[in-house]
Amino acid sequence: MPLRAANDDPDKARRFRDVALPHLDDVYTMARYLLRDATDAEDAVQECYLRALKHFDSYRGPAIKLWLFAILRNVCHSEYARRAHSPSTGAIEDIAEDAEQTPLWHEAQETPEAAMLRQRDAGAIRRLVSALAEPFRETFVLREIQNLSYREIADIAAVPVGTVMSRLARARAMLRSAWLAEEEPPK
Amino acid sequence: MTCDEAKILLHALIDGELDAGHAREVETHIATCPACATELAAVRELKQAMAGAQLRYTAPLALRQRIEAALPQAQPQIQIVPSRRAVLRGFAMGSAVSAIAATGLVAIVLRNDDRQRLESEIVSAHLRSLQAGHLTDVLSTDQHTVKPWFNGRLDVAPPVIDLTAQGFTLIGGRLDYVDARAIGAIVYRRRLHVINLFVAQTSSSEPRAAKAESFQGFNIRSWSEGGLNFWAVSDLAADELAEFSDKLQTAMKSSAAG
Repeated sequence: MPLRAANDDPDKARRFRDVALPHLDDVYTMARYLLRDATDAEDAVQECYLRALKHFDSYRGPAIKLWLFAILRNVCHSEYARRAHSPSTGAIEDIAEDAEQTPLWHEAQETPEAAMLRQRDAGAIRRLVSALAEPFRETFVLREIQNLSYREIADIAAVPVGTVMSRLARARAMLRSAWLAEEEPPK
Repeated sequence: MTCDEAKILLHALIDGELDAGHAREVETHIATCPACATELAAVRELKQAMAGAQLRYTAPLALRQRIEAALPQAQPQIQIVPSRRAVLRGFAMGSAVSAIAATGLVAIVLRNDDRQRLESEIVSAHLRSLQAGHLTDVLSTDQHTVKPWFNGRLDVAPPVIDLTAQGFTLIGGRLDYVDARAIGAIVYRRRLHVINLFVAQTSSSEPRAAKAESFQGFNIRSWSEGGLNFWAVSDLAADELAEFSDKLQTAMKSSAAG
């Protein structure tokens, strides 16, 4: 039971519980999208909270949620390193360069597409998001699901804000393409 | 501004990440560029669809419990002693009473016979009831009020018997958690001593004679009767606890017979 290895100051544990546990759903959501597997996500979140508790004494900020995300990110990355292969099966790989020369967005007269998008059920949208390639998926989830600012995302991913912006643009373009591709099966 | 720049910056515009100067530049470009205007509208739609969709996951309860369980718990026996002692000083009226001798008598009915492991849980439950200001969920000296209160809250109907005439006053009932299950606790008082009686289902219908144990200075008396396990935990002296369980069992038999 490695979790028990955490130190046993009850006061510290109480403070940690009060500030960290309210973010459990957010952290778990992040793990689900990063690892694309429910069991792996659970393990990663548990490991994340263990590490967070261990280092809680030295925690000085940022916001606890961002701190947890940063820890989770490290956990997930070591999880990927541990795996022999990257589970990229079915991933939407980055679109080819020449694809960018053509308009990413169909000439939407907006209404029919908007309706189409809204009709997608949550499961289908989750699947499309999960299928995005990294690092675009992470950036996208941090922005659209976790509602973080570009600056916060930049800090977590340790990249410049400009990179966050371009990754997000790319992520949205890929998602949109996949979306439309599903909607219009190849002839 | 070129379209290439605008196509990146419009994301920041939509996300409210641009300062006023840049926002105006992008907007100016979009106003004169139908392609970029179309793209802006498309990104807006995507974003709206995302916002409306249920994309979050909820952490499984088991995960939450695992993490909770991994956090160091406050040690109840350390915390309970000073507060109990303070209370007792007010009531002891000169007699030397050790803090631990404050009495809670907890009779616990459990669903299985894994007694060794449950002993500490039972004592912890007893301590929690004294500590948290949460001794009873239903406060009544009337057994006909306490007994129905458990209906629908438990998968067993704990026997609630008033032993006031025998020197053990019924003061109420409570739901508690032992072995990760809700169980019934019936609370009695003996002089200044609080008695919790825990009741849970057992798979065995074989009656088991009362057995006395001691854990962390508390006396535990357990027995099985009529498909139920009973645990009485208290800092009452062992002989008084035995008296309680004897009288309770006698009363149960006569109420069953009558």
